[in-house]
Amino acid sequence: MSLKHVNAVIVGSGAGGGVVAKELAEAGLSVVLLERGKWFTPFDERKDDLRNQRTCVLGNAFGPDERNPRVYADASGREHVVPPTHWAYSNNAACVGGGTLSYGAMAWRFMEKDFRLRSTYGAVEGSTLDDWPISYADLEPYYEKAEWEIGVSGDDSNNIFRAPRKRALPMPPLPPTREHQILKPAAQRLGLHPFDIPMLRNSVPYNGRGACMRCRWCVGFACEVDAKCGTHNTVIPKAINTGNCELRSECIAREILTSDRGHATGVAYYDSNGRLQEQSADLVVVSCAAIESARLLLNSKSRLFPNGLGNRHDWVGRNLQGHAYTGAIGLFDLETYDDLGPGASIAVCDFNHGNSGFVGGGLLANEFIRLPYQFASRTAAGIPRWGAGHKDFMRRYYRSSISVMGPMQEMPVFDARVQVDPKVKDHWGIPVARLSGHRHQNDLLGTNFMSAKAEAWLKEAGATTVIRSGPISLDGPSGGQHQAGTCRMGNDPKTSVVDKYCRVHDVENLYVIDGSVHPNNGGFNPVLTIMAIAYYASTNLVKARKGMGTS
Amino acid sequence: MQPSLRLNRRAFLQAALTAAAAAGASVGCGRNQSPWRFFTVDEARTLAGMVDQIVPPDQDAGAAWAGVVNYIDRQLCGPYESLQKIYRQGLAGVDQTSESIYGRVFADLESHQQMELLHHLEDGKVPGAAWKQLSSAEFFGHVVDHTMQGFYGDPRHGGNRDAVSWKMLNLPYPPIRGRVRYDSPKARSG
Repeated sequence: MSLKHVNAVIVGSGAGGGVVAKELAEAGLSVVLLERGKWFTPFDERKDDLRNQRTCVLGNAFGPDERNPRVYADASGREHVVPPTHWAYSNNAACVGGGTLSYGAMAWRFMEKDFRLRSTYGAVEGSTLDDWPISYADLEPYYEKAEWEIGVSGDDSNNIFRAPRKRALPMPPLPPTREHQILKPAAQRLGLHPFDIPMLRNSVPYNGRGACMRCRWCVGFACEVDAKCGTHNTVIPKAINTGNCELRSECIAREILTSDRGHATGVAYYDSNGRLQEQSADLVVVSCAAIESARLLLNSKSRLFPNGLGNRHDWVGRNLQGHAYTGAIGLFDLETYDDLGPGASIAVCDFNHGNSGFVGGGLLANEFIRLPYQFASRTAAGIPRWGAGHKDFMRRYYRSSISVMGPMQEMPVFDARVQVDPKVKDHWGIPVARLSGHRHQNDLLGTNFMSAKAEAWLKEAGATTVIRSGPISLDGPSGGQHQAGTCRMGNDPKTSVVDKYCRVHDVENLYVIDGSVHPNNGGFNPVLTIMAIAYYASTNLVKARKGMGTS
Repeated sequence: MQPSLRLNRRAFLQAALTAAAAAGASVGCGRNQSPWRFFTVDEARTLAGMVDQIVPPDQDAGAAWAGVVNYIDRQLCGPYESLQKIYRQGLAGVDQTSESIYGRVFADLESHQQMELLHHLEDGKVPGAAWKQLSSAEFFGHVVDHTMQGFYGDPRHGGNRDAVSWKMLNLPYPPIRGRVRYDSPKARSG
């Protein structure tokens, strides 16, 4: 029995797909939202410091599972089949809400310059760096919409570098932690401009859910009091409540189906019982995050599209980026730990742009609370790795240390890419993603600079010893939870995959709406930008559809 | 109840092992005459000596008392199944090397000799046939990492007995302390 035809089928219910589902459903379109993972509720929540999305030594809590391997080709070209818990897998959670169920929830707006890096810094050798086809001003109303609909707390009024905003954040920041109180005056003495990080987290009751209880189990975990705001507890329930959207979880998309005329006609997927289904639709939206979105397009081959959809010019899967993280850890004589989650609360944007010697930069912020095993396993250079010295270090500094870190804006590299592997298939027989390539030299220069700035901040704050992160490795592509770039947005179909409205250039009813479309990924956690683009693209999609008179 | 940490080292280790093994006795995957799931009695004894150098007992309990051997044993029959061979070869290699250098198995060495041998393992500079197929540094790296997991990780996985490391770090109890604040009227209004 074939499934009832709908107006739109959306693949992936993360930051992008969840927002699109709600926008289309509210506009009156019938929507099917496919998600490969499960739908967790706060009552399923279990805090496990060895089995979560950030520390997954005993597995990840929110998927994907071992049935979903990937292939990683290392710098020497050797191929490794890796499970989702392997670092080279570049995992993002597979569940309703995607990464937004268990993320740290920083809610950054990119800066104006992030949308025109090429114009600001010029061409960069060895990089496909380009401007976005849209500006910050185009996205500004949609950033605001994301902040108010999904819910952001914080206060960036002291951030003199931020792009202009029309409306303040809907919720105040959480009261400052001890770390915050130590770091703030130190930053001010250095002439920096510290402020309260915007977070997709209820600091006060909002949207019918309660406030953060400030536990230490935040990033990597789902929130058991539902105070963390993701798409799973905001826009997706709203979409369903319209009566127009059906969410189908544990459904694995195999390919996007196309007609002889080159239109997308729907999605073939394996349902939760492993049965192959075909969902036909007027339009298809791909929102699987940068690695899986590219994989789905590349796996959708046909006579008209022998190299996969949107891939006429070999740009699908290219420019895979994430963030190179860097910073420093400061050791103090006084106690810095007050057991108030989530931990991260104060940031500076003084180093996002205008640094000499390299392109771009990134924010610096204090880290989320590091649980004991995380702290024990990431001891810095010069600290004994084991033995009495290590144990003493743990006792002395677990509660007397501050870590300042930040995401470096990575330069897009054409050869850092997602392909589909010719041999390895997943549990459902679908060719898996193959990751290969390297990072750009600029990432190394930038991270070295930023870790020196983190060191200076911690020293000013009174750290007796500061240990910088070691230099990053340029081997292997970046990605991880911040994965982006593989279906670049651009005006020229020869050097991009989607147009400025996220529509695939040569398939008029196929959209990619997630971090894949970012030409570059900012020096910021990208989730709020993904949400803003989803609002923006959905709004234009609905307008275009009404213009065409297709109801 | 914390056993007296003033016991001499070997007696203490033995007591800890017996207790830990007894706790796991009913679960065994039972291919050998051992109370452990995966390890033989001798392997467990060697590993206990190693983990107690990695997180040694002092004013706070060490890794063996905290049940780290039990933690590793359990994971080797679960998520770490693929590492069984490495542990089997590696632990045999440690005793082989120990006997060739000191004439005794690892568990019977003096503490400073154990430490010395582990440093050699870490540096990858150890004699013995076992280390031709397996990098001693890689094996030791696994043991260090798994010891940290078993000692500092959640007790539900079989280590960190009585949350001893969390108490050592003075991490407030219960682990989800926030709930206390969440439930208190002051937190709600503030």
